[in-house]
Amino acid sequence: MSGFTADVRTRLDDDAAQIVARYPEARSALLPLLHLVQSEEGFISRNGIEFCAQTLGLSTADVSAVATFYSQYKRRPNGEYTVGVCTNTLCAIMGGDEIFATLAERLGVGHDETTPDGTITLERIECNAACDYAPVMMINWEFFDNQTPESASDVVDRLLAGEKVGPSRGANDVASFKQVSRVLAGFDDGRADEGVAAGAPSLVGLEIAKEHGWKAPSLDGSDDAAATTPEPGGTPGDQAEPDTGEEQSSADRQPTTPQDTDPTTKTSADKTSAETKDDAAGASGEGTKES
Amino acid sequence: MAQLTPVLTANWGDDKPWTLEGYTASGGYAALRQSLGMDAGDLVSMVKASGLRGRGGAGFPTGMKWGFLPAPDGGPRYLVVNADESEPGTCKDIPLMLANPHVLVEGVAITSYAIGCHHAFIYVRGEVVHVYRRLLKAVADAYAAGHLGKNIHGSGFDLDVTVHAGAGAYICGEETALLDSLEGRRGQPRLKPPFPAVAGLYARPTVVNNVESIASVPAIVTGGADWFTSMGTEKSAGHGIFSLSGHVTRPGQYEAPLGITLRELLEMAGGVREGHELKFWTPGGSSTPIFTAEHLDVPLDYESVGAAGSMLGTRALQIFDETTSVVRAVARWTDFYAHESCGKCTPCREGTYWLKQVLHRLEAGDGEEGDIDTLLDVCDNILGRAFCALGDGATSPITSAIKYFREEFEAGMHTPASELFPPNRSALFDYTPRRTGAAAGVVPA
Repeated sequence: MSGFTADVRTRLDDDAAQIVARYPEARSALLPLLHLVQSEEGFISRNGIEFCAQTLGLSTADVSAVATFYSQYKRRPNGEYTVGVCTNTLCAIMGGDEIFATLAERLGVGHDETTPDGTITLERIECNAACDYAPVMMINWEFFDNQTPESASDVVDRLLAGEKVGPSRGANDVASFKQVSRVLAGFDDGRADEGVAAGAPSLVGLEIAKEHGWKAPSLDGSDDAAATTPEPGGTPGDQAEPDTGEEQSSADRQPTTPQDTDPTTKTSADKTSAETKDDAAGASGEGTKES
Repeated sequence: MAQLTPVLTANWGDDKPWTLEGYTASGGYAALRQSLGMDAGDLVSMVKASGLRGRGGAGFPTGMKWGFLPAPDGGPRYLVVNADESEPGTCKDIPLMLANPHVLVEGVAITSYAIGCHHAFIYVRGEVVHVYRRLLKAVADAYAAGHLGKNIHGSGFDLDVTVHAGAGAYICGEETALLDSLEGRRGQPRLKPPFPAVAGLYARPTVVNNVESIASVPAIVTGGADWFTSMGTEKSAGHGIFSLSGHVTRPGQYEAPLGITLRELLEMAGGVREGHELKFWTPGGSSTPIFTAEHLDVPLDYESVGAAGSMLGTRALQIFDETTSVVRAVARWTDFYAHESCGKCTPCREGTYWLKQVLHRLEAGDGEEGDIDTLLDVCDNILGRAFCALGDGATSPITSAIKYFREEFEAGMHTPASELFPPNRSALFDYTPRRTGAAAGVVPA
């Protein structure tokens, strides 16, 4: 038996059955199951590990080995809110180090430590894929963009005062650590339609393209939407658009090889060279990591 | 002059573009219907002809990857989308899935049909809960609309899609570590061969593709291979999202033909922040050797960046100005690699630990005679000696930074980086510097 009471166990069993059903092989359910038990207790307890092991027919050693590998699984009771400040290189240099230092001072805790009232666990986090919004802070894995020491302190003060806080991009307000853990177990909390589609940096290229009247070549081949390059000083979009293949049309690219003018020559020679190159890169380890 | 070519980003500014209604209104799921009327082999040929190459970093031709699957043997084969975006500097897939998750779902459906897969997975990192919510809802809505599930649009084709959240581990962006993680194990890379195409998820034939690669498929189906190759260069075809971050006036996402240069992108982005100049930058994330101002005109395509000594990677252009200590930057990236090394391969596990020790003392101005040689020697002993590219990636910032800025590492033998480059001058807000501690950029070991 796991250490959960009978009614909790019954509820977790129902949830676990739904999770396991998503996968062709049951063991694939282990990561979401760990998120699930974390949503129950606020960390991965011995009870949680035993529950996962019993559900999947694994040993507790197998489950522990996995639970301790991933940074989102907590080995001690977590605060209601994980406040993560990105201190990877780019955010750190843009000010993340100072933000972390300010919050550590304000809260009186260091990395992976929790305030005595159990409200906040402070963390240094690695790159969270929002570098164009640096410096970035995540609270329970929602984005707080373009932070300063003052803005971050203000948010933290509100959390300590028991208030709800809203991210820059995400749900209307940040859910609790346990609630977010349940979402990560794959249980939709119905909040997907809250929040914005994108912040300003996500849209900056699109805005610039609109200003200049730039578009990708049209998908129906008519190319009536082909972009023109405004002359210096000219107003975007005030010129006649060139036909396909004309100078400055989207297809205006100088032929550099026979393949450019005769597509039928684009054959195995090409592919073989690309394949060999990539294999060589793989063998010498020069490929970059898929991210 | 180069122009931007919004395709994947084109609808991000629309009203609720993440909804099924929003996506369908902008022409979404027409490519799926078109694909279901085509021969699967023709779809693979089309993507091969488009020249689409993997957008997750390695740049392997996508259609060729699909073509590597062995002939059907009656058993399952899988598509796994790598949505574990976590390479430092890389920030394109997350905004894509937040604003436009359906283009990924449509790409998954088309790709699955093309390769004969009936159960696809989207493995998204766990640290982006709202992105996960939007993906869950997009998949649920796509089922309800008949774009997924049984007998999709009367074609007889069945497809289930599972969106799976990771739990915090950079290494799971490596495709074989991702597969182990998806099987419920520690995310550690596998020795290749066998490649995933032969023995991937559950040892079955599997295609692993990056989010942006798969999301590029619907437009290729609609526009055709020639449409795609009308953008970019001969060997680096098409559009790609370039992510500018750091000391730049307008950081953000710029979708452009491959082959555009940083000079052109910087011009659009308003240049390096006012009153400052470019010092160094990464072309494709922290695992790609750094560049300097002398590389502003390198075309950002796979071949040209490679020829200039780096890698196109994920087109994550992290821009640092002259206020930045390169030693501090490299030391922090090294902290990251040491933290994220999965521990499987000794050269990476032990090597990143020692690199970190040496870099920390150089950053503190306590470097010792021979430290630069030690760094290069350790890098040499990691490069090519680990199962996956994380080990190699850990060496890239160090060896390239020593190549271009050796004198700053030499200065680390006597002067702290925080004296040579006060951190408050690099920050994007004003503050009064502390005397010691974390604000000086030193992470406790």
